[in-house]
Amino acid sequence: MSRLSHLQALEAESIHIIREVASEFQRPVMLYSIGKDSSVMVRLAQKAFYPGPIPFPLLHVDTTYKFKEMIEFRDKFAAELGVKLIVHSNTSALEAGANPFRLGTERCCGLLKTQSLLDALRAGSYDAAFGGARRDEEKSRAKERIFSFRDSLGQWDPKNQRPELWNLFNGRVEPGESIRVFPLSNWTEMDVWQYIHVENIPIVPLYFAKDRQVLVRGNSLIMPEQDFVKPQLGDRLETVRCRMRSLGCSPCTGAIRSDADTLPKIIAELVAVRNSERENRVIDHDREGSMELKKREGYF
Amino acid sequence: MSAAFVEQPSQQSFDIEQFLAAEESKGLLRLTTAGSVDDGKSTLIGRLLHDAKGAYEDQLKSAIRGGEIDFSLLTDGLRAEREQGITIDVAYRYFATPKRKFILADTPGHEQYTRNMATGASTAELAIILLDAHRGLTTQSRRHAFIATLLGIPNFVIAVNKMDLAGYDQEVFNRIRAEFEPFLERIDTKNYYFLPLSALKGDNVVDRGSHMPWFEGPCLLEYLETVEPAASMIQAPFRMAVQRVVRPDQNFRGYAGLIGSGTIRPGDEVQALPSGRRSKVRRIVTFDGDLEMAHAPMSVTLTLADEIDISRGDMISSGTPPLSARIFDATMVWFDAHPLDPAHDYLVKHTSHTVPARVDGVRHLVNVATLETEPASSLAMNEIGVVRIATAKPLFFDPYRENRVTGSFILIDRKTNHTAGAGMILAEAEGSLEDAADRLVRLVRAAVPEGARLNLPADDAQAMEVVRRLLKGVLK
Ligand SMILES: Nc1nc2c(ncn2[C@@H]2O[C@H](COP(=O)(O)OP(=O)(O)OP(=O)(O)O)[C@@H](O)[C@H]2O)c(=O)[nH]1
Ligand SMILES: [Mg+2]
Repeated sequence: MSRLSHLQALEAESIHIIREVASEFQRPVMLYSIGKDSSVMVRLAQKAFYPGPIPFPLLHVDTTYKFKEMIEFRDKFAAELGVKLIVHSNTSALEAGANPFRLGTERCCGLLKTQSLLDALRAGSYDAAFGGARRDEEKSRAKERIFSFRDSLGQWDPKNQRPELWNLFNGRVEPGESIRVFPLSNWTEMDVWQYIHVENIPIVPLYFAKDRQVLVRGNSLIMPEQDFVKPQLGDRLETVRCRMRSLGCSPCTGAIRSDADTLPKIIAELVAVRNSERENRVIDHDREGSMELKKREGYF
Repeated sequence: MSAAFVEQPSQQSFDIEQFLAAEESKGLLRLTTAGSVDDGKSTLIGRLLHDAKGAYEDQLKSAIRGGEIDFSLLTDGLRAEREQGITIDVAYRYFATPKRKFILADTPGHEQYTRNMATGASTAELAIILLDAHRGLTTQSRRHAFIATLLGIPNFVIAVNKMDLAGYDQEVFNRIRAEFEPFLERIDTKNYYFLPLSALKGDNVVDRGSHMPWFEGPCLLEYLETVEPAASMIQAPFRMAVQRVVRPDQNFRGYAGLIGSGTIRPGDEVQALPSGRRSKVRRIVTFDGDLEMAHAPMSVTLTLADEIDISRGDMISSGTPPLSARIFDATMVWFDAHPLDPAHDYLVKHTSHTVPARVDGVRHLVNVATLETEPASSLAMNEIGVVRIATAKPLFFDPYRENRVTGSFILIDRKTNHTAGAGMILAEAEGSLEDAADRLVRLVRAAVPEGARLNLPADDAQAMEVVRRLLKGVLK
């Protein structure tokens, strides 16, 4: 008899986590960001409850600045899966004209992602929220528990996390408090892509290389989907063969030059890559430790 | 040893199936660092990642201070950690070589954060205990070695670090080894390997370096790539704690859980606890189709041949049954600032079961410097001792040294919801086995053949005779 392969072991661990949450909490919800990690997480949830349905809704916090292809994919995906999808946006901030160009990325994220998320969680009285974040993504995520306690304001206190031994998770909370749960904590970017390949999981076509019209700004390739993304001095509008390595809002997430138009090619590209996937996110670089600051305020 | 770890495939020659097959054949090793504050744990992990090409360039760039890479910054990712130059909470890092995949937990050495060290160590199959060649052993070195040993970690590297500050002197290494080895023997640490190194300069981490020709053993990475991983639990008796009953419609009733130990096949006889009812496994259901066989640590859903009442927290077992008791002794590591209090209400979380509990006295605490046991009535933060736990309902468990899944539990403070301590079950307390009447009921129930009804005669004497015959059947 053999040991489990690396992917099988990760899958078994994640399913265990997802089942614990569904059994221990009154109102769990799964954050669905439409990206590759969310796609894997939803597949794991299907597996966890098979042959039953996924016993909680999905929640998409929509900044309204996501790529168009993401939204098309989301709606088709949710319909095919037959799962309940809740979409929440910070409409009052959007009506007041919030966008990254006017507010800067930090304030924009604060309103359209963090605030919006906290509002949505409160509106649904959710006591547990799954997120697809992985510890290999970023240095403050590397520090977070699988069950991550949030106080009644949704804040994370990284200096005072609950000990988490073996696979015994402490999900006890008082009304208003909640737990963020990260079933993919121990997955790496490479694991996620291999799993998508092996499991045949549908993903947004933006992950595959194709000739796309982009604004070339220094090292960044920005897709001009929003009106306020206009060429600035020194920018060039060009057709570049490129793809997205991670998905976010179109004005703030850069594409990478790539020929990888199939999963095997993406995996091959990843073997050789020398930079982390968040390198192409504008928002992580606002200042040193900015992810930690955002997470403390309630960001995923 | 060269550091060409990443096979760089050219786009044309990359064969995905071959690559995936190679990936699948790689084992996984989970390891943790431990040791006193400032002994160089984070620096060592950073050095290992750097030299083994396991860190991305943008991450290395952001760890540069004063023109040089500060390796500890590859794992010390919190702002407070970077400001204070210490590790506060465990960081997890991931890397792979052509031989193995690794999950690294870099834990804090500071005594105040012992709970975070225990968090990182609880799932590890190997611990690297760092000692400072220059400063020598500390109580904290001993405490961490002790906790890691209690947690049942089967492999240890005792890394005598900062050899550069000790002139790479073999005498220094030998002296520290001679001082620490008797301690390891006394606490019964398994498979330890003493290794002199310099995390800062890189000697004996991935490359051997030229400063310590007197040392001939493998350097750290080579050792990590070849050490035997933890024995798998697939030969042990079958245990699966039920996490959830899956019941999408009238026709399906399955029990979902992660197999803690052992192997199971359709047709195998199992027992449900606490009811004691027996049945046979009908199907092993997964999203990817039914399985002919499943083993630890897979997540599956079992259906049984008979309709028996099983709910979350129950245990499905086969082979030697687990122990069952409401009162048991356990080694505890205390985490909470509020000391262990026998008058306080706690919850025990054990497998998928959470039950109210009290601490029925502290048997003794262990002085980690001397390993002497001392009488105690409580455990303060970071203290280790043997306590007696009394739970509201019986638990079904195996001693921790036989089974890390069914032998471990956490104690939750009911007032604050804090995870107050971690426990490793030693054995049921003497005379505390399940209440005799409870046990009898369970045995009688288990003795009734499936499908049969226990129609006891109205006459007591005759009824007793029926029960007597049933019990005889059980006991033979
Ligand atoms: N000379 C020398 N200094 C070292 C070596 N390894 C680590 N250091 C230094 O020791 C100090 C502490 O290193 P860290 O890696 O932060 O120690 P740590 O064990 O992770 O500390 P905590 O996580 O806070 O317990 C830093 O200044 C390091 O540069 C070594 O091999 N030689
Ligand atoms: Mg450290």
